[in-house]
Amino acid sequence: MHITDILVTGEPIIYGAMVSMALVGIALLFLLTYFKKWGWLWREWLTTVDHKKIGVMYILSALLMLFRGGVDAMMMRVQLAFPDLGFLNSQHYNEIFTTHGTIMIIFMAMPFLIGLMNIIVPLQIGARDFAFPYLNALSFWSFFFGMALFNISFVIGGSPEAGWTSYTPLSGAAMSPGPGQNFYLMGLQLSGIGTLATGINLMVTILKMRAPGMKLFHMPIFTWSTLVTCFIIVFAFPILTVALALLTIDRIFGAQFFTLTGEGLPMMWANLFWMWGHPEVYIVILPAFGIFSEIIATFAKKRLFGYHAMVWSMIIIALLSFLVWVHHFFTMGAGAFVNSVFSISTMLIAVPTGVKIFNWLATLYKSKIEFTVPMLWSLAFIPSFILGGVTGVMLGMAAADYQFHNSYFLIAHFHYVLIAGTVFACFAGLVFWYPKMFGHKMNERLGKWAFWLFFFGFHVCFFPQYFLGLDGMPRRLFITNVVEWLPLNVISTVGAFGMGLGFIVFVYNVYYSFRYSERETTGDSWNGNGRTLEWATTTPVPYYNFATVPYVDEIDPYVRMKEEGKTTYEESKVKPIHMPSYTGQPFIMMAFLGLASFGLVFEWMYVAVFGLLGGIIMMIRRSFDYDDGYYVPVDEIKRTEKKARGL
Amino acid sequence: MAHSNKRVPMNHVIGFILSLAMTLVAAWAAIGSDLPVRWVIIGIMILALLQAGVQLFMFMHVTEAESGNGHVPWNMMFHGFALAGIIVAGSLFTMSFGFDHNHGGDGGEQQHEQQHEQQDHSGH
Amino acid sequence: MAAEELKTGPLEYRTQEGQMGIMGFWIFLGAEVVLFSTLFATYAVLFGRTADAPLPSELFEPGIVLVMTFLLLTSSFTCGLAIHEMRRGSVKGLTIWMAITLALGLGFLGFEIFEFVHYAHEGATIQSSAFWSSFFILAGTHGLHVTLGIGWAILLLIQIKQRGLTNVTSRKFFIISLYWHFLDVIWIFIFTSVYLIGMVI
Repeated sequence: MHITDILVTGEPIIYGAMVSMALVGIALLFLLTYFKKWGWLWREWLTTVDHKKIGVMYILSALLMLFRGGVDAMMMRVQLAFPDLGFLNSQHYNEIFTTHGTIMIIFMAMPFLIGLMNIIVPLQIGARDFAFPYLNALSFWSFFFGMALFNISFVIGGSPEAGWTSYTPLSGAAMSPGPGQNFYLMGLQLSGIGTLATGINLMVTILKMRAPGMKLFHMPIFTWSTLVTCFIIVFAFPILTVALALLTIDRIFGAQFFTLTGEGLPMMWANLFWMWGHPEVYIVILPAFGIFSEIIATFAKKRLFGYHAMVWSMIIIALLSFLVWVHHFFTMGAGAFVNSVFSISTMLIAVPTGVKIFNWLATLYKSKIEFTVPMLWSLAFIPSFILGGVTGVMLGMAAADYQFHNSYFLIAHFHYVLIAGTVFACFAGLVFWYPKMFGHKMNERLGKWAFWLFFFGFHVCFFPQYFLGLDGMPRRLFITNVVEWLPLNVISTVGAFGMGLGFIVFVYNVYYSFRYSERETTGDSWNGNGRTLEWATTTPVPYYNFATVPYVDEIDPYVRMKEEGKTTYEESKVKPIHMPSYTGQPFIMMAFLGLASFGLVFEWMYVAVFGLLGGIIMMIRRSFDYDDGYYVPVDEIKRTEKKARGL
Repeated sequence: MAHSNKRVPMNHVIGFILSLAMTLVAAWAAIGSDLPVRWVIIGIMILALLQAGVQLFMFMHVTEAESGNGHVPWNMMFHGFALAGIIVAGSLFTMSFGFDHNHGGDGGEQQHEQQHEQQDHSGH
Repeated sequence: MAAEELKTGPLEYRTQEGQMGIMGFWIFLGAEVVLFSTLFATYAVLFGRTADAPLPSELFEPGIVLVMTFLLLTSSFTCGLAIHEMRRGSVKGLTIWMAITLALGLGFLGFEIFEFVHYAHEGATIQSSAFWSSFFILAGTHGLHVTLGIGWAILLLIQIKQRGLTNVTSRKFFIISLYWHFLDVIWIFIFTSVYLIGMVI
């Protein structure tokens, strides 16, 4: 086989991307070699099982993917604002909206939130690591290789182009031959396994490793949102696993699940996809709710209003999330009765969500709000998200949905909930917990610039799209030569570039703060307003998190600790701490399984079998591995704590 | 752990006999009996659920207090099975459009229904 | 963590790691329930879509399926006995009953492969129609789980020979027993809703 058979050729933009990827790759290899950092990379990062480092790697990957998905979005917007320019051809446009959607949901939103969960949840509950640190590393690397596999598709083999929902029969072997769609299937499958493992891991961590005395209803709200999210992950992701596997078997082994021959049923794919897909939406929004709840309580300097109602509304949302999937395909023709049932269950979700909105407002009521950057993101979230939520109820009415379906009204709706909900929360959470991760805050002035640019850009971009939708503009449209649509499309594109600018300022702020920000001396970074246990740790957080685990029997335990002048550290109680050893096995195992997936994408069975065997051998090695970790001696703990606490 | 020291664990033996008996009854109902199809299906599904219960409670120690895992095991099983019901029944409910699930009917009618449905698809 | 070890109760529950491992596996089984129920849903929706391939009622035979069911039910029972022996502290009892379990599991697999080959000869393959795709994938996923379980249990039998009964090995055996019983639960539903209902209709 010749190399040009698998490389994507004939597109100047893609040649440009290839060259820039090659240059960045060479530059990275050169820098790592020149500064002799290979050993450091392997010892400190590739073999780590520390939840904080894994979380940082998740967030870095997610930011990279936000960039990639964002560039895709910009290209679409350019095409739509200047339809006569011939900037993209139709196939390239199809590829771009497919990768944009898939990357933003699977490889940006989820890893970003999982990264924050990784770092923060153990700190909030007083745990020293995850329940299964090895599995946590495995999860990360399975996500990472899934992401890498999906992303190389546009230079090798060709991108998937059947939309992020990948509906059959379009995405079947007959109508989408070639490796493109296989990249989608294998990339999602590989990273999905990691997500499921993370869900199990975090559930056990939260249920079994809380600080002594901490009951479930003493947990910080972000931890609660994580627990509920993981519950959804555990029960929703297997559905995706099966759906992807069935389509893979259809495409590669000629089965007839979703085909038009052999009495297959293409709409069954939509059914299975959305049975996972709708819970997935809540997987990315519930942690966002948790993050906003933490930030709003912190900067309103009050206990979260209606803590119990907040928790129960999340649990109800989680249960309802499994009962609404048909509202994504009301127009399939399932009949009035089926549609009515799902229409009602859809609208029911607005009730617990409304409860949450009112609780946030009640928390803010009569409080002395401190307008920090994370608080700005949180305050902007409330009205913006309501716009998305209300239009969601409109879409939930089956009869009306026949008008809105697959129009820009829908596009505007889900960007309003996913950006104003999830993306705002990712930025807010990252800025909020940044000092815990890196030992310094992000610059507030630049942070505000990034916020306002992104916030206005967002509304300018997506608000006009509601009207485009009502004017009848369908989604996934490559040529928009309808004159009435053009002005709003141009405005929307301007807004998109505003968001892009906001992102650039945000990334520049990372660099700027690394160079110039004041280093943290206390752990309680936000003017001593921290309420939960993560702020009770020193900054930077020692690798064992807590030298002595505090006793907790209330919500917001750190508030009282500070009032009583206590810390979590009691020198007399220090005992040796058991920690897991670093290991390169997860990386190697997932590299093998990544290779197997790559083989399946091109249907090179020898490669697939080789990779699978490698993966199995690594699993067997793991089974015989009785490494029980090591103990951190008392002296070392005392020394570390003395230094960190300036005693 | 008194029962652990017994040579023959009686609850395992009872569970085993129960599951064998229920399997035979289900097989008889499906193959040997002349009961109406609907009642056979309902009956054998109930037997299957009971057998799952035997496995979970008598073999898998789902409610063992010493595990220190509280309500989590049976909770996961309960929600898993509830969701299984939603997934199977919900899929049948949703995907039943234009397709008659009464497979007891003659093949010709079924064929007709399917053609009808495929025309529906091409119409979209 | 590892230092705080209980002095009573089954070995596998005495450490925090043991308890967490077992809880994690229960949660995983919850996910497995959903995985199989998605396959069941696919099977149920695609039921009757046999195209030109033979109908299930023409191919399903009660005899072989009943034998397979009894093999698996008995293996579930012997697996329970293995754990009972383990809790009595008998490595020998555990090993013997586990080996019998595996032999029964292999017997089950043999019959299943024979059955699949037979169906393929009759013109029902994974490619012949939507119904047969869903049948082979549903039963095949269960069969794959049994295969993995056998391989996994062999690894554990080697480990118990090397290390004897400890907190860790007993936890591992307890977890594989959960897995094995769970496969029996799934098989009961395949037996009932695929074979028996397939023969009724």
